[in-house]
Amino acid sequence: MDIQRINGIEMVRAEKIVKHFGSLTVLDGIDLTVKRGQVVVIIGPSGSGKTTLLRCINHLEKIDSGRIYIEGEMIGYREVNGRLIEDREATIARIRSQIGFVFQRFNLFPHMTALENVIEAPIHVLHQPKAEVKERAVALLEKVGLADKADSYPHKLSGGQQQRVAIARALAMNPKLMLFDEATSALDPELVGEVLKVMDQLAKEGMTMIVVTHEMGFAREVADEVIFMDKAVIVEEGSPEQIFDHPQNERTQEFLSMIL
Amino acid sequence: MFRWDIVGQYLFSGLFISAAWTTLWIAVISQTCGVIIGLFLALMRMSRYPWLSLPARAYIWLFRGSPLLVQLLLLYFGFPEVFPGLVPYITIYSAALIAFSFNEGAYMAEIIRAGITSVDPGQMEAAKSLGMRYALAMRRVILPQAARVIVPPLGNEFNNMLKTTSLASVIGLFELTYTAQVYGSQSFSYFELLVVATFYYLILTTLWGYIQSYIERRLDPNRLTGSELKAQKSWTQRMMGFGTRGDRLVGPRELR
Repeated sequence: MDIQRINGIEMVRAEKIVKHFGSLTVLDGIDLTVKRGQVVVIIGPSGSGKTTLLRCINHLEKIDSGRIYIEGEMIGYREVNGRLIEDREATIARIRSQIGFVFQRFNLFPHMTALENVIEAPIHVLHQPKAEVKERAVALLEKVGLADKADSYPHKLSGGQQQRVAIARALAMNPKLMLFDEATSALDPELVGEVLKVMDQLAKEGMTMIVVTHEMGFAREVADEVIFMDKAVIVEEGSPEQIFDHPQNERTQEFLSMIL
Repeated sequence: MFRWDIVGQYLFSGLFISAAWTTLWIAVISQTCGVIIGLFLALMRMSRYPWLSLPARAYIWLFRGSPLLVQLLLLYFGFPEVFPGLVPYITIYSAALIAFSFNEGAYMAEIIRAGITSVDPGQMEAAKSLGMRYALAMRRVILPQAARVIVPPLGNEFNNMLKTTSLASVIGLFELTYTAQVYGSQSFSYFELLVVATFYYLILTTLWGYIQSYIERRLDPNRLTGSELKAQKSWTQRMMGFGTRGDRLVGPRELR
């Protein structure tokens, strides 16, 4: 696994991403490379742009300039005579289907049971046979520790359980990349652990992950690389030891001293 | 003087049963077409492309801004006069169905749009993140949730539609109202026959009320089990407006 990580090919490459919300610059020339099998954790104060960056990677958010490549393929845009033109919906959807996204607010489909949530996209997007998908979905629910909740509707589940179903739902698409957007921020403190455990396990299995989080313990333990963002730019990046034990930048030091 | 014997004579006559049937099928077809037209109008109106949203806005403006009666008269009397080619296609039935459907489409568009807007935007994002395209996400994720918001006003619309069909009497369509009018005038028993017509309207709207509350229960996000359903207030109790358990009528917890 380590060899794979060291030799991993580029899974995500972002070049000079710029994004504005009105007059506010939320991403100001972000460069980011994530190799296959790598776990990259993005930390930083709220409003620093980390969630927006994550949302740009699967084109839930448009960018104003720059390029984002998933395994060498540009997402969201085509280049015509040096100008970026938004890509066809079908192309964007196809690339997105290979990227799992876990939301802060879970966003489970409330009119479907846990199992139905998990099998929905493989059946209707990938057109895989129902029996096969169901079998895999049951195994995934078991993996996240919710085998007994397969027939429960989301509103009958706790936040932690909902988030684990959401992770299973993303995994059912066999993604090559998983994006976690503050996956534990909306949870009661006692439920955070069960979700982090699932994420930890995924990382150990070699899943490529980009994780936006406030859980510094998780970042230190699981991350291959930690990125500290502040005010729309990447301030510092490096191994967890570098960032947490020997932060070079003043803003990183300040942020960590407030959190730890 | 009110003559009960005339009411009794006509109440279960083939004449009024067939008139009620006409009223019913015209309402059902018009409402169905109205929902379909409304769905497309709503999606067009919500589009970010002006070439889709502007025609939808214009349509809604036109059909909601003028009386249905005028639209019906225009279609039946006006258009064939100006466009003689239409004459073979404009019958009393087609005119009534087209006018009611098109008009209803404009109202349904606004109801469906409100329903779609009520769904948490995170749902569309989740669907997209799973690789769903807009149309699939709409069909599988958004509309089933919007339905909970759409169905109650849709029910009211159909209730209205059952009664709106009476407007077709002005172009001589033998639904309940025109039947009562024509036969009432022949026998000088307007009052009695209009009472019979009223009786049928009440039968139709009451039956529909029961069907509507059944559908609303089926769409309940909390998916009450059989025993819980029995404990729920009956339709009549809800209509009378007391003892309502408000939490059963709004969306799921996630949407509040």
